[in-house]
Amino acid sequence: MAQAQLVIRSGETPPSGSPRSPRRRRYDREQVITAAVFLAPALVVLAVFVFYPILAAGQISLTSWNGFDPVQPFVGLGNYQRLAQDPEFWNSLAVTVGYALGVCVLSVVSGLAIALLLDAPLRGLGIYRSIYFLPVVTSSVAAAIVWRYLLDPSGLVNSVLAQFGIAGPDWLQDRYLALGALTLLTVWKNIGFNAVLYLTALQALPHSIYEAAGLDGASGWQKLRHLTIPLLSPMTFFVVVQALITSFQAFDLVYVFTEGGPRGGTDVLGMFMYRTAFRLGDFGYGTAIAFVTLALVLGVTLVQWRVTGSDGTER
Amino acid sequence: MTRAQAGRLVRHAILILGSVVVVVPFLWMFTTSLQTRAETYTNSSILPTSWHWENYLRAWQSAPFAQYYVNSLVMAVGIVAGHLVFDALAAYAFARLDFPGKNVLFPVLLAGLMVPTFVTVIPAYTIVANLGWIDTYAALIVPRLADVFGILLLRQYFVTIPVELEEAARIDGCSRAGTFFRVIVPLSSPAFATLGIFSFLFAWNDFLWPLLVTNNDDMRTIQLGLSSFVGRYGTSWNYLMAGTLTATIPSIVVFLFFQRALVRGIASTGLKD
Repeated sequence: MAQAQLVIRSGETPPSGSPRSPRRRRYDREQVITAAVFLAPALVVLAVFVFYPILAAGQISLTSWNGFDPVQPFVGLGNYQRLAQDPEFWNSLAVTVGYALGVCVLSVVSGLAIALLLDAPLRGLGIYRSIYFLPVVTSSVAAAIVWRYLLDPSGLVNSVLAQFGIAGPDWLQDRYLALGALTLLTVWKNIGFNAVLYLTALQALPHSIYEAAGLDGASGWQKLRHLTIPLLSPMTFFVVVQALITSFQAFDLVYVFTEGGPRGGTDVLGMFMYRTAFRLGDFGYGTAIAFVTLALVLGVTLVQWRVTGSDGTER
Repeated sequence: MTRAQAGRLVRHAILILGSVVVVVPFLWMFTTSLQTRAETYTNSSILPTSWHWENYLRAWQSAPFAQYYVNSLVMAVGIVAGHLVFDALAAYAFARLDFPGKNVLFPVLLAGLMVPTFVTVIPAYTIVANLGWIDTYAALIVPRLADVFGILLLRQYFVTIPVELEEAARIDGCSRAGTFFRVIVPLSSPAFATLGIFSFLFAWNDFLWPLLVTNNDDMRTIQLGLSSFVGRYGTSWNYLMAGTLTATIPSIVVFLFFQRALVRGIASTGLKD
């Protein structure tokens, strides 16, 4: 399933009843057997299709395997060296970083803005929430097709621009415009999701702090700037990490929207990996791309974690 | 007009403007699907001058949409069922049972959640190919019968159910497994509903995995069919929009029926595709 992260509540397992000796824990036989039977189906599926593949991928990335031959020629770190010298990779990385930054910033701003607007008794709240959520449940393929149509040279966007006397460009034929359009499409698709996350966080904030600030004469803007935004930083961290993962894993949207074009302008890492492995049959190199992507996401997440964690905003 | 009223008005104005941006693409999808091909290039009015419902029939006849639909449904139902059974059993073990290795296994599963699909997809593909499953339902369903997210979601719910209820059942002679089926499962329908909806939406909207493990048009799912439709009918926007809308309707219907459960689930877990 897709990316997910859970806030695990501290609901711990109840003690099993029997007193535990410090040296050797004793397990209730019935519990152990039940657990084994209950865990087996899920663990078999996960082991074969998730955990073993992680290890196998590590090995494949050290080969120049074409996906068919029984032999997997070992090349050591060759694929990684090749990546470092591959202009296609550097283009893809630059595109992905630009895209990820755009998605992060716009996701935080738009999600927070809508959540703030919705965070108070307001008629039609449920209707707004449903509307903003529609793109979230729509598939990436459908979203990409619709936006291709809207951005067509003779499409709605350019027709509206023409009403104002502006000659609209051919959006998907210019590399920067296409990347910008892809960024906006991604944000459009996830806006409801981010708004719901922020809304939940906002509604969990303590009222008393705001009342105290109000008594001290703080203005609405000051409350937002000095109370709401800092108090929401754990959620902002979460939204940023999610946006990062989404952009570093982007594939469906790009595949249908631009196919990585024009001339590599939207060739995100996911697209680059898919093309390398499944179109060119270069499985070893493709897996190396996937690993570098994973390392980048983990690295950025850890740095982010450090930064937000250090000022005591970590929940 | 008081200040509060003015504030509400401004908020409504901004929210409505935002809603328009969100909804117009859907509206446009619908009206375009009813236009003639010539009309789609003029964008003269929102409403079609005449309503060409036959576009839907034409679009469906020009590609095996019915087959795509059936394939997506079979896959989605299989995956939902798998998650509801496999994930629930594992979740119960982690929530309530004590067994050796539990404190290692659980963090390992959590870590697995962070690994992007990209890393696992190539070896997973080769396993499925070696099993001879390419172009079968098994390839679409079996690798995703269980997932870590579902285990965590259900576990989180199970631990909130008072232990006393199970202890009472135990005193009455119920086995461990019995307490799961007779006490926990009947009390957990909200959690099962949330997971079922998530699983359905992910399966229905999934793209990369079905793209890899199916080659035959008869085994393609609706999202794949739609994407190949773009290649073949890229300029017939009316047919394209008719196809896109039919592929999107199940997601929207599921969402509209179950949005409370879905939004509650997202709010408590934070999940996105």
